[in-house]
Amino acid sequence: MHVIRDDGSLDPTRDPGLSIDEVVALYKAMVRTRIVDDRLEKIQRQGRIAFHVGSLGEEAAIIGAAGALRDRDWIVPCYREVGALLWRGYPLQQYVDHMYGNADDPLLGRQMPDHTFSRAHRYLSVSAPIGTQIPHAVGVAMAAKKRGLDECVGVFFGDGATSSNDFHAAMNFAGVYQAPVLFLCRNNGYAISLPAEQQTATRTMAEKAAAYRVPAARVDGNDVLAVWRAVRDGVQRAADGGGPTFIELMTYRLGGHSTSDDPRIYRSEEETDSWRKADPMLRLRKHIEQRGVWNDDLDGDWRAVCDGEVKECVRRAEEKPAPALVEMFTDVYEEQPWHLREQQAQCIDGPRATAEEDES
Amino acid sequence: MTQMNLVQAINSGLRDALQEDDNVLVMGEDVGRLGGVFRVTQGLQEEFGADRVLDTPLSETGILGTAIGMALHGLRPVSEIQFADFIYPGFDQLVSEAAKYRYRTAGEFHVPMVVRTPYGGGIRGGQYHSQSPEALFIHTAGLKVVCPSNPYDAKGLLLEAIRDEDPVLFLEPKRVYRAVKMDVPDTPYTVPLGEAKVVRPGEQVTCVAWGAMLYEAFTAAEEVAKQGIDVEVIDLRTLWPLNIDAIVSSVEKTGRVVIVHEAPRTCGFGSELVALITERAFLNLEAPPVRVTGWDTPFPLTHEREYLPLAHRIAPALLDTARY
Repeated sequence: MHVIRDDGSLDPTRDPGLSIDEVVALYKAMVRTRIVDDRLEKIQRQGRIAFHVGSLGEEAAIIGAAGALRDRDWIVPCYREVGALLWRGYPLQQYVDHMYGNADDPLLGRQMPDHTFSRAHRYLSVSAPIGTQIPHAVGVAMAAKKRGLDECVGVFFGDGATSSNDFHAAMNFAGVYQAPVLFLCRNNGYAISLPAEQQTATRTMAEKAAAYRVPAARVDGNDVLAVWRAVRDGVQRAADGGGPTFIELMTYRLGGHSTSDDPRIYRSEEETDSWRKADPMLRLRKHIEQRGVWNDDLDGDWRAVCDGEVKECVRRAEEKPAPALVEMFTDVYEEQPWHLREQQAQCIDGPRATAEEDES
Repeated sequence: MTQMNLVQAINSGLRDALQEDDNVLVMGEDVGRLGGVFRVTQGLQEEFGADRVLDTPLSETGILGTAIGMALHGLRPVSEIQFADFIYPGFDQLVSEAAKYRYRTAGEFHVPMVVRTPYGGGIRGGQYHSQSPEALFIHTAGLKVVCPSNPYDAKGLLLEAIRDEDPVLFLEPKRVYRAVKMDVPDTPYTVPLGEAKVVRPGEQVTCVAWGAMLYEAFTAAEEVAKQGIDVEVIDLRTLWPLNIDAIVSSVEKTGRVVIVHEAPRTCGFGSELVALITERAFLNLEAPPVRVTGWDTPFPLTHEREYLPLAHRIAPALLDTARY
């Protein structure tokens, strides 16, 4: 499904009817996410943070879905969806502090960068093993349904995750219990190096849903309004008691899998270049320019605002100290058992490791 | 008070939990209409409905993964894994997800769930209906591991585990599911986690056991008593967090210790216990700590009574240790 045509006009039969302010808000959030990505990638290259997993090229799939979910709905992330968390108002400073693992990192330096979470924003925690979050989403949805709450859950995962046992268990449970959950499959073409065609013998990811009797849609994931509409339709189905929906968001990962990846090894520059022409930002910008609400000046101003904001966050993050060593030993259990009290004392009273050599 | 066996006591505990908290639900394979393959959940679906006692599809990953989601939303799911031997497809969900959620969200989210599972041999169950996988989960930061030996403790520990805010693996000794009966209150009560119990006071050798092997340790202790050896038997009840002080104070008194478990010896929980005892009571030890355990083989069928550390193997170990 497409809504925004190549010339920037909308297909009136599919237009979800957002106000122009809402459309511009989606565009601005996409631009902001990309600028944050760009900056984090640069500082990773300079050795200032350890790692980053970005969403270059997938902003429409992520922000469009987040935009269509209601505030009371839960988001269960894979790991590339910080744009959805920022869309919900998560403070950028907090995210950047997390990327540095400093004293203000909400994770207290316990995880690699890009493992965010926020109860206030109904956004569960990122876990690196693939697919493990999908049954959690179904469980959250089952709980909401059991408690009679009008809440649904959007769970993100990639094309590769459709091979995981967790995916199939989750789809099956969702079908059996008619859980109000949206399976948001970002088919970005690759699971690290493996092309989606080699991930599965099925022609699409969406057809897998039929085996679990879960209704499925396949949409242009680079068309933010098509994503918005498909996800909102799924939210409506869930709210009406119609159970789960599977949505395959067809997109392309323009960047590497992460900053540790080199995509030149497994795909051609020509292929990536052809997808650059389908960049979700281009079509949307053309559309809002046609509507007369956006132009080069506004675009330049917004980019400058975003860039200034992220640079300032980085500057502040770099001034902050590391989390206290004692935090390595808390939150394992609700109450700290004797063996952790003992090990905490041994560590804190013991010798300190020397700092790693500065690679920058 | 009613005379109950372990199955009835756990059933009574689940009924109390379902009654006292709407957020509690029971889920697993065959737990509803059938009442579980061991009938532990018999009658609960009838009483509380199919949306509180869920017959789930056959997927341990699905059971544990969705239970985690429910717990994150504020429910208190009590899942059953039909046999501990079948827990491995859900291992990742327990070890990487349930156990780590509190830590990796700095306490913002946590997973108050209980996973009940029958474990252990002696029921002619062969390789896949007999295993004792406790060490794998004790090794996992963030999980608690409980293993009652008798009906009273089973109900009280279960209710405490359900009220606990951390994920608890609740191992049920299926070999003695129906072997022991005792007075159990019909009303709710709790037995605290992390407290071992001296079930037979003694002066000369400490014998540490849990679950079904507790009875074997007790039998062996009675047997060697006839030869003048006075054994103190400790029932761990909670395997982790461990009641280390109870063990150490006993060993400080006896200077000798025998540890009994069904699981294979190498890297079994006994290894950790020996290390802890040696670190803490080295100067009190009069003999090397001894482990009487399952062998380092897969669990066999025909010779299971030679695989299990039954009284015939524990008694000589107690004598040797006493006379070392």
